[in-house]
Amino acid sequence: MGAQPEVQLAVSSVSKHFGGVRAVEGIGLSVRCGELISIIGPNGAGKTSFLNMISGFYRPDTGSIMFEGRDITGERPSRIAALGIARTFQNIALFSGMTVLDNIMLGRHVRMKAGVLSSFIYWGLAQKEEVTNRARVEELVEFLELEDLRKQPTSGLAYGLRKRVELARALALDPKLLLLDEPMGGMNQEEKEDMARFILDVNQQWGTTIILIEHDMAVVMDISDRVAVLDRGRKIADGSPGEVQGNADVIRAYLGTAKDRQEVAAA
Amino acid sequence: MFHRESGVFKTSYAADMALYPLPIAKWAVAALAGLFIVIVPLALDEYYVSILDLILIAIVGALGLNILVGYTGQISIGHGAFMSVGAYTAANLVVHLGAPFWVTIPAGGLMAALVGAVVGIPSLRIKGIYLAIATLAAQLIIEWTINHVPAISGGVQASIQVPRPSLFGTPLESQTQLYLFLMAFAVLAIVGTSNLARSRVGRAFIAVRDQDIAAEIIGISIFRYKLWAFAISSFYAGVTGVLYTYYLGIANYEQFQITVSIDYLAMIIIGGLGSVLGSIFGAAFVTLLPIVTRWFLESFGAFIFSQADLANIIPNLRLILFGSLIIFFLVVEPEGLNRLWRNVRNYFRVWPFSY
Ligand SMILES: Nc1ncnc2c1ncn2[C@@H]1O[C@H](COP(=O)(O)OP(=O)(O)OP(=O)(O)O)[C@@H](O)[C@H]1O
Ligand SMILES: [Mg+2]
Repeated sequence: MGAQPEVQLAVSSVSKHFGGVRAVEGIGLSVRCGELISIIGPNGAGKTSFLNMISGFYRPDTGSIMFEGRDITGERPSRIAALGIARTFQNIALFSGMTVLDNIMLGRHVRMKAGVLSSFIYWGLAQKEEVTNRARVEELVEFLELEDLRKQPTSGLAYGLRKRVELARALALDPKLLLLDEPMGGMNQEEKEDMARFILDVNQQWGTTIILIEHDMAVVMDISDRVAVLDRGRKIADGSPGEVQGNADVIRAYLGTAKDRQEVAAA
Repeated sequence: MFHRESGVFKTSYAADMALYPLPIAKWAVAALAGLFIVIVPLALDEYYVSILDLILIAIVGALGLNILVGYTGQISIGHGAFMSVGAYTAANLVVHLGAPFWVTIPAGGLMAALVGAVVGIPSLRIKGIYLAIATLAAQLIIEWTINHVPAISGGVQASIQVPRPSLFGTPLESQTQLYLFLMAFAVLAIVGTSNLARSRVGRAFIAVRDQDIAAEIIGISIFRYKLWAFAISSFYAGVTGVLYTYYLGIANYEQFQITVSIDYLAMIIIGGLGSVLGSIFGAAFVTLLPIVTRWFLESFGAFIFSQADLANIIPNLRLILFGSLIIFFLVVEPEGLNRLWRNVRNYFRVWPFSY
């Protein structure tokens, strides 16, 4: 192996408490450029809360978050997005009245410039920008195989397709770091396989760093470079899929049931 | 009709994103322009042209309010007051500095935008009914201030006389000249708002309205865009106030009281929230309704009511009609007249293949 790629995201011992609930308790994580890292853990372990701190929805009570050497702790979500961190949600947050195309076009927001005056005038700068960005959006539509749905409102789409549109919108930001919160939740096996392939392609073709929260062990062990395990707000393991599967704490805390152990063994 | 879609394929992204995606619509728009710019002012009596003037002014204000309420999902009951800010800014510029219209109109708009943006600051924290009350408070405070500060209001009865604007050194005397002058601003507002709605800023407004969490996560600063919406919307209101002042020949705060704020809300609710065409329909409808009912009652009401009763009924009937129409449209047809128009249009859209 050659030189290690540089660290892109450095989270150091962040905590978040809600009243008496210690949602996140002193978690640190460092992510290298181009890495695909999965975060697993039982329900309520603090996975979503952890992502919320990276993307700016929660301000950490303690600790700090550095992105590309710059302190982003407690910045507004829109500022963090502008730096190149995109995100999807566990329970889909699309603009349901808008078409697939408009949703993805909105994902281009931070990559476009037209202000109030040039939008008002339109012809010239704004139109040119619309056309070039529309071309990028079409690439994503094609990549995620959404061609037939372009002009459909997202409210009418099946659950799995809406998750895919949300991924397209996040990718439209041309992110350097992509945070995915259970992108395969609620999908059937075939949809999961499609989604896993899209995620791998994004990671490998474009070199996008990805932090993935996922419950499906087979998928996690299959596609991740590294796996971090959370339990009750703490990080209890962090390593390659093989290391994590053999970790005694993990087996006790998370893979305690016979069924889960079989899943891991099968993976 | 405007839209005949069958058999038209778009071959470039620019064409797909055009305001009028179908070739025939361009001709329809050209025909409409010919009708309203050439034929109407020539054919109609001064009195009717003066009513059209009022509609043109209302179109600018309704479009502005729709940017805030329909597109961005905020509320304002202070737009009457924002109009008065534009009106008095322009009137003072004319009286003290002899400023021409191409200075007073943007100046009135900018001053109103500034005031509107300040009034919009609470929208970052409060929503719905609380924001409505905050903007209502702004309406009353601005009214009071203008009325009690002679430096703004000109002292006597809080009104300032303003001569008609001049173009190339000649003042616009006739209603028809004024009509064409106002038409230019209405068209500018219509085209500009349509452009805004279909590009980056307009999409961001709609995003803030529909899903604020999703808007933030894709990098749209809710803070910035809510303030922009208030500022732009109030800019339109300020321009509306200046135009109205030129139309009346006087700036007077009584022309911009809370009922005006309500009238404009009625326009966009009846016409259609978040729709340019709806703003135009609403502006025409709400301007014409009291005139038509008054005419109707004066012509036929005398058979039933005494003159004294009529004088009482007419202003109240206006309120009752507006109230019931707003409720009707909110409950039955939230997309307003624009939706009714679309239903008609869609029927003809693929005609005669309407299977
Ligand atoms: N905004 C909040 N207010 C109060 N409690 C919260 C909030 N967000 C998270 N929590 C609590 O923090 C703990 C961790 O929640 P979190 O959503 O981060 O878990 P998770 O690992 O994503 O779980 P799941 O797998 O079910 O999605 C839970 O006990 C949750 O109830
Ligand atoms: Mg979660």
